[in-house]
Amino acid sequence: MSRTNLSDAAVSRRSFIKAQAVAAAAAVAGIDLPAKAQNLSAGPDISLKWSKAPCRFCGTGCGVMVGVKDGRVVATHGDMQAEVNRGLNCVKGYFLSKIMYGADRLTQPLMRMKNGVFDKNGDFVPVSWDQAFDEMARQWKRVLKEKGPTAVGMFGSGQWTMFEGYAASKLMRAGFRSNNLDPNARHCMASAAVGFIRTFGMDEPMGCYDDMEQADAFVLWGSNMAEMHPILWTRIIDRRLMAPHVKIMTLSTYEHRTTDLSDATFIFKPGTDLAILNYIANYLIQNNAVKRDFVERHCNVKIATTDIGYGLRAEHPLEQRAKNVETAPVMKPSSFDEFANFVSTYTADHVADLTGISKDRLEALARVYADPKTKVMSLWTMGVNQHVRGVWANQLIYNLHLLTGKISEPGNSPFSLTGQPSACGTAREVGCFAHRLPADMLVTNPEHRKTAEAIWKLPPGILPDKIGYHAVQQDRMLKDGKLNAYWITTNNNLQTAPNTNNETYPGYRNPQNFVVVSEAYPTVTAMAADVILPTAMWVEKEGAFGNAERRTQFWHELVKAPGQARSDLWQFMEFSKRFTTDEVWPEDLLAKSPDYRGRSLFDVLFANGGTNAFPLSDMDPGYDNHESRYFGFYVQKGLFEEFAKFGNGHGHDYAPFDSYHQARGLRWPVVNGQETRWRYREGMDPYVDKGSEYQFYGNADKKANLLAAPYEPPAEVPDQEFDLWLVTGRVLEHWHSGSMTMRVPELYRAFTGAVLFMHPDDAQKRGLRRGQEVRVLSRRGEIRTRVETRGRNKVPPGLVFVPFFDASQLINKVTLDATDPISKQTDFKKCAVKVLPAQEANLGGGR
Amino acid sequence: MRGLLPAALLGLLFFVGAPFAQQTADAPRLTGPTPFTKETPAPPMQRQVTDDVRRRRNYPDQPPLIPHAIEGYATDLNANKCLSCHSRKFTEQSQAPMISVTHFQDREGNTLGGVSPRRYVCLACHVTQTAAAPLVPNTFTDMDALVGREPRAK
Repeated sequence: MSRTNLSDAAVSRRSFIKAQAVAAAAAVAGIDLPAKAQNLSAGPDISLKWSKAPCRFCGTGCGVMVGVKDGRVVATHGDMQAEVNRGLNCVKGYFLSKIMYGADRLTQPLMRMKNGVFDKNGDFVPVSWDQAFDEMARQWKRVLKEKGPTAVGMFGSGQWTMFEGYAASKLMRAGFRSNNLDPNARHCMASAAVGFIRTFGMDEPMGCYDDMEQADAFVLWGSNMAEMHPILWTRIIDRRLMAPHVKIMTLSTYEHRTTDLSDATFIFKPGTDLAILNYIANYLIQNNAVKRDFVERHCNVKIATTDIGYGLRAEHPLEQRAKNVETAPVMKPSSFDEFANFVSTYTADHVADLTGISKDRLEALARVYADPKTKVMSLWTMGVNQHVRGVWANQLIYNLHLLTGKISEPGNSPFSLTGQPSACGTAREVGCFAHRLPADMLVTNPEHRKTAEAIWKLPPGILPDKIGYHAVQQDRMLKDGKLNAYWITTNNNLQTAPNTNNETYPGYRNPQNFVVVSEAYPTVTAMAADVILPTAMWVEKEGAFGNAERRTQFWHELVKAPGQARSDLWQFMEFSKRFTTDEVWPEDLLAKSPDYRGRSLFDVLFANGGTNAFPLSDMDPGYDNHESRYFGFYVQKGLFEEFAKFGNGHGHDYAPFDSYHQARGLRWPVVNGQETRWRYREGMDPYVDKGSEYQFYGNADKKANLLAAPYEPPAEVPDQEFDLWLVTGRVLEHWHSGSMTMRVPELYRAFTGAVLFMHPDDAQKRGLRRGQEVRVLSRRGEIRTRVETRGRNKVPPGLVFVPFFDASQLINKVTLDATDPISKQTDFKKCAVKVLPAQEANLGGGR
Repeated sequence: MRGLLPAALLGLLFFVGAPFAQQTADAPRLTGPTPFTKETPAPPMQRQVTDDVRRRRNYPDQPPLIPHAIEGYATDLNANKCLSCHSRKFTEQSQAPMISVTHFQDREGNTLGGVSPRRYVCLACHVTQTAAAPLVPNTFTDMDALVGREPRAK
């Protein structure tokens, strides 16, 4: 800023001090000045009402204290009593106070209209909730009648409260009889969830954040924790600086703030982390570092199906060429000797060559796992999960912990970090994936469906057995006209899905389709919808999130949502009133259960004697609850207690509803009032039998699976024309697509726009200078952005990084919709692009 | 009627009549291009605020913003450039604000003889600012506007 500003500031500072001096003198002289001039407010006027809530952003689940005055959130700070963060928040968390107050909050339903009626090509016009729901119901009924349940769908969120996810699951699966329900968490941690199930038979980590104060070494496999999990990073740095023997080893495809604070950094060629993991397994075997008795007693060995494709459309040449697309998830029984033989080809020479990491450095990394005295915590996020072999990568990390027995005890912990605040609680535990029911149950398992039908008090056979469309498939089916009535909530998928120009946007605007978006703000996705429903956020509703360490956290409704905005929960329940069983359930099922004839979906799903079992008098009188007041019963309590029945007694036990409003969260399974910090370990987990040491009881034989899986190359690699790797990701100051944080002036000004991080040599080679406008092009699309050769991310030559938070620079027009074929999670970290100066490109006439 | 019309309301009045309030100059920054498939020029990079003028906090617990350049400042295992001015022992020479007393406490709330290692990563909470104008007004209400709204009776 200029000098003029500085001197302005100096002048105003002088006049300010003068004014203050006058006020002070007047006070001494006993003169009454107008209230405005007084600099101390006191009395009951200044008291705020403080309540607890978990942070709205990442999967860490920091506790926040929220200060309310006159119906407005006026302050937030880190909760000293919250064990997760003990008084700390990151900069996003500290600015939670302002996320609800962007001046463009949506406060009334909007619908595309022409001449007073809905028209897909019309302009958005404010309508009433009744008008919006009437049109939605008309469209849903039309699609159900014409094409059946597979043509309706919902794209939900790891940012839903658990109550919302649970209500959505009931509405979609039981109400509309469709499993086309998937969360945006599919883009984020599906590989982790599937990895858990395939290894332990049960989702979510065995350990918890307490491991961070116990470990001797931290190995980060594709996680920039300093930016994406800043508060957990402070716990690791705390440990590292307080105990000098502790080491942090970070693997990544570029340097960043986490590598700045690491003892050792390993920059590998994209995708080759699989080879490093196999090399370490080989090293452990070659150097007698395997805990043989642990492996024999507690592990089975499996071998993966290989050559499984890249989750692209079936007609893509890569899918045509792959041999085992159909059988990708199959793991065949194997033996330890076969496993040893399998990894033996991952020699130091071979892997050094493949990865670009020297042999002695690879060995230094392997020794961390090999040393029986070093307690190791492995941590990972999107580098491992957003990976065309993400499930394997997760499992190969478990291999290292299982081979050495470094698992399920304080400090020895393979730990999957999650991106969203309730990726675990809502998407996974409640079961909002296209293949899942609550408590790790599956839609394809007849026993599981039976259990769900009993708890939900539904007629037998009502739940569909067919796996629904996953996130990327939903976009493809919208485009292809097979999915026609679609509800998107609590996410901004048009900004965050891969290959959006070709695979996402066409489906939203397909004339056959009717697309509804529930949102707090006019996002990119909302603008492409047919109906926008104004939605309450965070502390404008009572909620529950489940964080990455199995901690379930509740909060109360603290302020009113603006205008006519209502929670997703209210929207789902209220919408269900517009359908009767006769309209949406098949005649043969109704004929067998005639009691269910002619009843509204609201009746059979929510006023079923379970969900509505708790009266309003159970609510804390200190807080409002707009849904409960509207429906006449304590909605959240009914939903939660019903949901808890799925897991209680099966290793997924929750505490009674009310206790979560008192505690700063509890880690499940909660048995006899006690939370469980380390699962699968005798003496620490009540589900483990005496004398067994360990029981991985998610699997029938209570053993975990070691997996032999190879390195296979990424779907797309740079070539002569598209000569750079593109990695996409996040920044500390913005939450995902920026729809909240870009509206907080301080956060916007902290990272004002996306840039292309590029190595200075790569810039020079292309004649580019810092700040210059460039085009980033792939085979799928392009964006314009600006070159950054300095700053927080230091990329190697041949690789560029672009964050996805900026709606004016939609990098997902460029990315590839390749997914892990097993988890169906997109690889946002690896595709090929070229970078051209914007000016020259314009003159040259395009591609 | 309250004595003072909150600034928030003024912001809202600005938008009356339009279904979307974001119809301000920088709309595509929040809602994307129209139509979605159109390519738009990249916004210019913004200059950092380096005037060394302290900004008022939105509430007492807000971490203060950084009003100076920090380019090239190391935060690694050997050095923390921020602390070379803001730690207790250097503030006399630097005349920089001392880090908060909370930064001397460990996880349990015990006060230590030095900066708590958990506070070592300054940029997790403290951020620099550019001179960019907000994309849309924020109607957050300062608590002072609520508590100081009516003169207290004597």
